[in-house]
Amino acid sequence: MNEGRRYIVQGLIFIVALIFLIKLFFIQVLDSNYRLAAENNIVQKIVEYPYRGLIYDRHGKLLVYNNPIYDLMVVPKEVAVSDTTDFCNFFSITKEEFESKIAAARRYSYIKPSKFIGQLSNLEFAKLQDKLIKYKGFYVLARTVRSYPQNTLANALGYVGEINRRQLRRDTTGYYRQGDFIGISGIEREYEDVLRGKRGVSYKMVNVRGVEKGAFKDGSYDTLSIPGVDLTSTIDSELQQYAEYLFEGKTGSVAAIEPSTGEILALVSGPSYDPNLLSGREFSENFNNLQSDTLKPLFDRPLMAMYPPGSMFKTVQSLVALQEGVVTPEEQIYSDGRLIGDLAPNGYYDVKRAIRLSSNNYFYKVFRRVINQNQDDNTYLDARIGLEKWKSYINNFGLGVRLPTDLPTVKSGYVPGIEYYDRMYGTNRWKFSNIYSLSIGQGEVLVTPLQMANLGATLANRGYYYAPHIIKSIDDEGTKRDVYKEPIWVGIDSVHYPIVIDGMEEVIQFGSGRRAFIKDIAICGKTSTVENSQGADHSGFMGFAPKENPQIAIAVYVENSGWGGRAAASIASLLMEHYIRGEITRPWLEDFVLKGDFLY
Amino acid sequence: MIRQGDRTVYNLDWVTVLIYFVLVFLGWFNIYAAVYDEELNRNIFDLTLDSGKQLLFIGSSMLIIIGILNLDYKFYDSFGFAFYGLFILILIFVLLFGREVAGSRSWFEIGSFRLQPSEFTKFATALAVAKYLGSPNVKFTQIKTQIISGIIIGVPLLLVILQGDTGTAMVYGSFILVFFREGMSPLIVAIGLLAILIFILTLVVSQTVLIISLVVLGLIAIGLSIKSPRTIVGVIIGVILAVGMVKSVDFLMTEVLKPHQQKRVLSLINPSADPLGIGWNVTQSKIAIGSGGFFGKGFLEGTQTKFDFVPAQSTDFIFCTIGEEHGWIGSLILIGGFCLLFFRLIHLAERQKSNFSRIYGYGVISVIFFHFAVNIAMTIGLFPVIGIPLPFFSYGGSSLWSFTILLFVFLKLDAHRMQVLMR
Repeated sequence: MNEGRRYIVQGLIFIVALIFLIKLFFIQVLDSNYRLAAENNIVQKIVEYPYRGLIYDRHGKLLVYNNPIYDLMVVPKEVAVSDTTDFCNFFSITKEEFESKIAAARRYSYIKPSKFIGQLSNLEFAKLQDKLIKYKGFYVLARTVRSYPQNTLANALGYVGEINRRQLRRDTTGYYRQGDFIGISGIEREYEDVLRGKRGVSYKMVNVRGVEKGAFKDGSYDTLSIPGVDLTSTIDSELQQYAEYLFEGKTGSVAAIEPSTGEILALVSGPSYDPNLLSGREFSENFNNLQSDTLKPLFDRPLMAMYPPGSMFKTVQSLVALQEGVVTPEEQIYSDGRLIGDLAPNGYYDVKRAIRLSSNNYFYKVFRRVINQNQDDNTYLDARIGLEKWKSYINNFGLGVRLPTDLPTVKSGYVPGIEYYDRMYGTNRWKFSNIYSLSIGQGEVLVTPLQMANLGATLANRGYYYAPHIIKSIDDEGTKRDVYKEPIWVGIDSVHYPIVIDGMEEVIQFGSGRRAFIKDIAICGKTSTVENSQGADHSGFMGFAPKENPQIAIAVYVENSGWGGRAAASIASLLMEHYIRGEITRPWLEDFVLKGDFLY
Repeated sequence: MIRQGDRTVYNLDWVTVLIYFVLVFLGWFNIYAAVYDEELNRNIFDLTLDSGKQLLFIGSSMLIIIGILNLDYKFYDSFGFAFYGLFILILIFVLLFGREVAGSRSWFEIGSFRLQPSEFTKFATALAVAKYLGSPNVKFTQIKTQIISGIIIGVPLLLVILQGDTGTAMVYGSFILVFFREGMSPLIVAIGLLAILIFILTLVVSQTVLIISLVVLGLIAIGLSIKSPRTIVGVIIGVILAVGMVKSVDFLMTEVLKPHQQKRVLSLINPSADPLGIGWNVTQSKIAIGSGGFFGKGFLEGTQTKFDFVPAQSTDFIFCTIGEEHGWIGSLILIGGFCLLFFRLIHLAERQKSNFSRIYGYGVISVIFFHFAVNIAMTIGLFPVIGIPLPFFSYGGSSLWSFTILLFVFLKLDAHRMQVLMR
């Protein structure tokens, strides 16, 4: 049945095969266009890298710009250098280096270009241009690297570097390619999306030997690269540079915030480094040096270093106790040095006097009232309830939580809760006597300098803060992210602030912070002498100025420098004066700070 | 068992086996050429290369062949429908739980091992078609037979389309060739061809012009056959159907096909419309093949296929490497080799005593021929780029295994043809 149809099937197969062979004969043998196309008209995709956005300070001073550099690229397949010795002399490399670099390029790809010598300077490039014709297979690719004219703010600005494999794998947008540069830390990382711009692509016709034959289809498939957006930082670079100048030779940090906006005015990490070190040809060498430095210059202290707050924490403790109603501003509590070590004299204390003289025993007693409010007869359970409540107050101040800032490396610090003590002592096996160190900002509580500056801003604002941020404007119109425009209330009624702030003013007028006193500028502050088990105490200061309409809130930590009233208060005072007045009227204080001999 | 095995070896059609091995090893060399990198100097066995892995696939195909030859030949007849049912279930399963690769949800993943079940469903479908059409009292002239046959190929076709793999789905259409051999009216084939013609015209010519000319043609036909009312009715129905088709093709193009598939169809009509997208593939593929000339550039001497200008150079576009490095002569040998295989298989199919074996044989021919024709047609720009492999040549385990199974099951049946009673 239907056997005859096999011939039709055979005929079909035969016809298809014949059509193929005829068509192939046309394109392979008769039509030479395809051969010519293969030889002459290879379409090459050329990527055009956009300029990365610049970064300005709050007054329009340039902090970061792009510096053109030139990479010498090599295509191994095309290399033909007649005089290798001359070539090697020109680039001052040995013949062995030349061979091994070529070999490395071959290993990457025989036909794709790879970097031969990176980041030639302008001068080297100028000299090379005439010679390049002789060196077949080599060409120069122009790129830009970041440059930092102010030579400041290294850690906060961050740096850019070649994207690594892991970042490439995690890139869900599919934007990045091997060899792309990407912001690795600081602002460069946080604002990578806007800074980088958009890569453009142009298609060029080249022949097998790489000679350009013009744009493909008159450039109708090309896309222009879009330069990155320029950013305006909140940093006051003069203040920043002055702060870095004061910090020379010291370890520690400064964070300064404008209370009315949350804008970060200065952010010092000491010791710092020249940001230009991490841009350019010596990147890896410099990076390794910085990384192995025992003083850890790459560690961004104002955001990442966690210290106990020490006595400056007493401002928060006062506010919590007042809000809880366990103490009134007028109540006099007798405090002597029996419960906890104290430098304050024996006698009766109210909130203001306790802050001024930093009475440890007063805050011990007040904190006990916060923790033990007799909600439960069992003193263990009572402490649980108290601590839970206290912790939520503290967290509201942005302590023990990550501040919603645009500085990606920011740490949250640590505020211990019931889970911590349960783990430490066992569930329901701890009470006030186990946690009393918290009352004076010692023990397990840890904060970052930025959080303390933010506390200063909260006090200055009498009850709220704006999330601290370092970028003021993402475009020319002054747009900033919406999250930085909303005040964050910390949950303490504004009536409780004046008494605490009066106490802070007295700290500067008659208390431990007298060194910070400036005539005509009402500074409010609190010093900390942070106990340090590893060495000399850290010197700390937190405060704001002026008292009315505050312009700057500041936190200073100077490591291993003893009393807060000496190193930290002096630096903070100078910075406040510099920022508010624009000049320094107390050269002796500046000398004192620069000499850096704070102990004894 | 041993006796049966001995007889299998004795009766095996060694000509086909020889062609199979020649094609597979030519494929292997060309996969190496396609991924060869002068500088890296890795050899053909290197397991990081496609060629090294392909050798593993070839080795495992040998095991599959030994397995097939040792199974009882009656097994395939008896379990034809069972196989089919099983693979339909697997297709549904993949559709629900499979892994999505490049837009198609057609892959199974077991550890690092990936399998494409739709490749094997071709085999199961060939068995089912043979089983059904081969049973006594089934005649292709009956409407019922035609409908059931349509369902047998329609179900996997639909499921594979749902997986998003239109290319593989079209393969099931190749069974039309089997139906034709088994007595399907040539009229249906003619109508099918006409439909394809109208389809292409719809893409090229404006809709209005096409509809008007169809109606005018219809009127002329009516005018010529004024005396036969039956023809007039037929012509009117035909014109209405054709106009409906024009409309539905437009709907299909804009609503059913995904954008990348639309582009592929359109770039066939006008490859220069999108030279850097889909058209780019075809243009580069043609440049590679065209630059081969009469004798080719020589083994491993190709430039176009190695520069990543040609996409999927070791899989769907493997023919580029052959065209470039071995020229028109190489193409002639490849096409000649396939033709030899097809003519040999037709010869084998026609000598079968059982309907089942013959129909299955034609199924094998249809599937392999469809792949061969469409794959080469797309590399030389005669057909839209749909991702189906060149049998035995393209890199890939699933594809090589499925063609090996298809072919050797037929050879096994053929080896036992004398034991089958004529039905």
